[in-house]
Amino acid sequence: MDARINSRPTLQVRGLVKRFGGLTAVKNLSLDLHDGEILGLIGPNGSGKSTAMKSIMGIERPTAGEVTFEGENLAGLPAHKIARKGFGMVFQHSRPLNRQTVLENIMVALLPDSLFMLFPDKALTERAKWIAERVGLGPVVNRKPPTLPFADLRRLELAKAIARDPKVVLVDEPFAGLTLAEVGTFSELIRSFRDEGRAVLLVDHNVKSVAALVDRVLAMYLGEEIVTGRADEVMRNETVRRVYLGGALETHARPETSFKDAVPALEVKNLDVRYGKAQALENVSIHIHHGEFVSIVGLNGAGKTTLFNAISGFLPYSGDIVRDGEKLRGISPAKIARSGIVQCPESRELFGEMTVRENLDLGGQHLSEAERERQLTWLFELFPILKARQDQLAQTLSGGEQQMLAIGRALMMQPKILILDEPTLGLAPVILEQLSKALEKLRQTTSITVLLGEQNVTFALPHADRVYVLEHARIVWEGDPGRFAAEAGEGYL
Amino acid sequence: MTDFFKSRLFLVSILVIAIAATLPLYVSGYVLGLLTVAYYFGVFAMAWDLLFGFAGEVNFGPTFLIGVGAYTAGILNNQYGWSVYLCIFLGAMAAVIAGFVLALPALRVRGPYFGLTTLVAVLMLQNFVVVFAELTGGEIGLTIPDVITISANINYWIALGFMAISGAILYGLSQSPVGLVLQASGQDPVQAGALGFNIVKHKLFAFIVSAFFSGLSGALLVFYFGTASVGTVVDVAVGVNVIVAAVLGGRRTVLGAALGAIFLIVAGEFLRPTGELATFIVSFVALLVVLFFPGGFLGAALSREARS
Repeated sequence: MDARINSRPTLQVRGLVKRFGGLTAVKNLSLDLHDGEILGLIGPNGSGKSTAMKSIMGIERPTAGEVTFEGENLAGLPAHKIARKGFGMVFQHSRPLNRQTVLENIMVALLPDSLFMLFPDKALTERAKWIAERVGLGPVVNRKPPTLPFADLRRLELAKAIARDPKVVLVDEPFAGLTLAEVGTFSELIRSFRDEGRAVLLVDHNVKSVAALVDRVLAMYLGEEIVTGRADEVMRNETVRRVYLGGALETHARPETSFKDAVPALEVKNLDVRYGKAQALENVSIHIHHGEFVSIVGLNGAGKTTLFNAISGFLPYSGDIVRDGEKLRGISPAKIARSGIVQCPESRELFGEMTVRENLDLGGQHLSEAERERQLTWLFELFPILKARQDQLAQTLSGGEQQMLAIGRALMMQPKILILDEPTLGLAPVILEQLSKALEKLRQTTSITVLLGEQNVTFALPHADRVYVLEHARIVWEGDPGRFAAEAGEGYL
Repeated sequence: MTDFFKSRLFLVSILVIAIAATLPLYVSGYVLGLLTVAYYFGVFAMAWDLLFGFAGEVNFGPTFLIGVGAYTAGILNNQYGWSVYLCIFLGAMAAVIAGFVLALPALRVRGPYFGLTTLVAVLMLQNFVVVFAELTGGEIGLTIPDVITISANINYWIALGFMAISGAILYGLSQSPVGLVLQASGQDPVQAGALGFNIVKHKLFAFIVSAFFSGLSGALLVFYFGTASVGTVVDVAVGVNVIVAAVLGGRRTVLGAALGAIFLIVAGEFLRPTGELATFIVSFVALLVVLFFPGGFLGAALSREARS
């Protein structure tokens, strides 16, 4: 290992920068990759790790920096030239040729980049067979991709990437979608690439999943390197822990008796919802006071989204939903939303091809111009990142930024009751912290009543004044968040 | 490749062509004339499928390539009286050059913009023909003094032979290593690039091959008609027919495209007694096939074979 470090690295990346418009996805990244080494490039969603990998491969053209391979700077070359220098990339998703067999698919990877190869070479077929055996596709070489299980399709990707015997292998999320047993087999395969002397670069979300496989880890956050080292060192690193694990759990509940309203802002009484034969909600009763922050905690499928959709008027139900003493039944979803019950759905539903600003303006359509400006200014204080991204298309935002935009758009409607459905879905812990701060600010500086549905307890509890636990269509616990861990926390923490 | 000569597809094709070659012995000149046009259309559709089915690019302007080939050949013959064969060859070359000039910048733009560029090219060509009426015959059409032959039988055999040879070349190309790379580039350009293939080079090649066969077929067609007009070789509606034929026959099959073209033209003729409705009925059938059998005639047959 030490001898290897002293030798000249096969791949040397220096000062790599990739900008998309105003967004800098990769900032001044440098790394060394040696023969016979596996380096993990790790970072939460939106940290720029995939972009870094694509920039090395030439799929994205680096804005600046050097990618030196065996003494030659490849930065700026197109992908097909870089591939021919000795690079192979394993894609997470791909579209194999469905009318060709597995063997023919591997053959494609072996072909020269020439327009004059009209008849396949016998030697190529032999080589393709050997590669198929090598990655464990031997028994299925004559089958066509649509008939293969997922793991075999991933093997096909490995086969194509190593077909031309590359010196550098780039692997994008090697284990996505694989079962535990398959993860073992794939780890073995990737290790065997290293043992053959190839330099391997892996991209993945967290350190733990690749710790056993990699020699070194480079942790990235917001486009920059945080730390590089052995997996256990990186896991102990203070900054990495903060990025991944967030802060300690604290609660700031206001007791229910502090809310003096005689009639609650929203009251759900004996709610029943059925989808055909399935009971989605059974006898659910909750209430929320004016200005209160209530979290509904429940696992996937517990009925949170159903409850919110019933409140928003999307679903037929029995029982009553009462707002300020008035029943909501029979009022159209549009009217309910305009009256101030605004839902921010878990699927976000942004207008991807509109800019951030246009999305927000749509939310604030009903406001007068002056009022809209005021609301925007306030919103940009809450989510400064949205101000910086104003002119960017919504679909180009990272997951966390999209979530902030979804909440921002809901806030532009000046809700009296804001319903947030699983805002943390698919987001990296660090984004949660930013969202968390915004929610805390919302709670302390406005009178907006918030109803939050979550399965992530560490996110749902800190701001909540009261918590309901929804389990299999029923409310099974209600109380203040301080008592949650002791009384209902099992299975969530 | 040796497998191919034993394959069912090869045997069936040979049989169909052999039967088709005997048709002049027992069908009327009217039917022969119809099929002659249909065979040239078959080549248009096959050339188009190479682009759409394999390179994954929708060329909305097949008639740009066809029209350039047809009008170049026609004008040279009309103006200078050069030999028919030279004119046909130069027509095909002109289509290749026009295709190259169009595709080189157009392939740099992504997605639907390529298609739009090709569509605009057709409109420009159409406009050119109308504006330079002295040269092109304008809206009345260009009279072409020479013909290859006046024999309906020989014209028929030329068209059949031309379609058979074009089909063999285009199909062979689609199944060759180059065809595989082309297909990979069409399906997943990012990955094909990462596998070391120059996507633009391959697609450009496909466009040029497509242009060559389109232009050649267009030139042959006008020497058969004895006239070239916007309505027969340039109009967008003609291009739409080529596209419908190819999709009807089956995407990514090449040979299916020829079947689709023959079906379209023959069916249109059969329905002639229904008057204006004919186009509507044929279009409606095409729409049904596209909606319910997106694989087309041959695509549906092939997938049934693959399943059994």
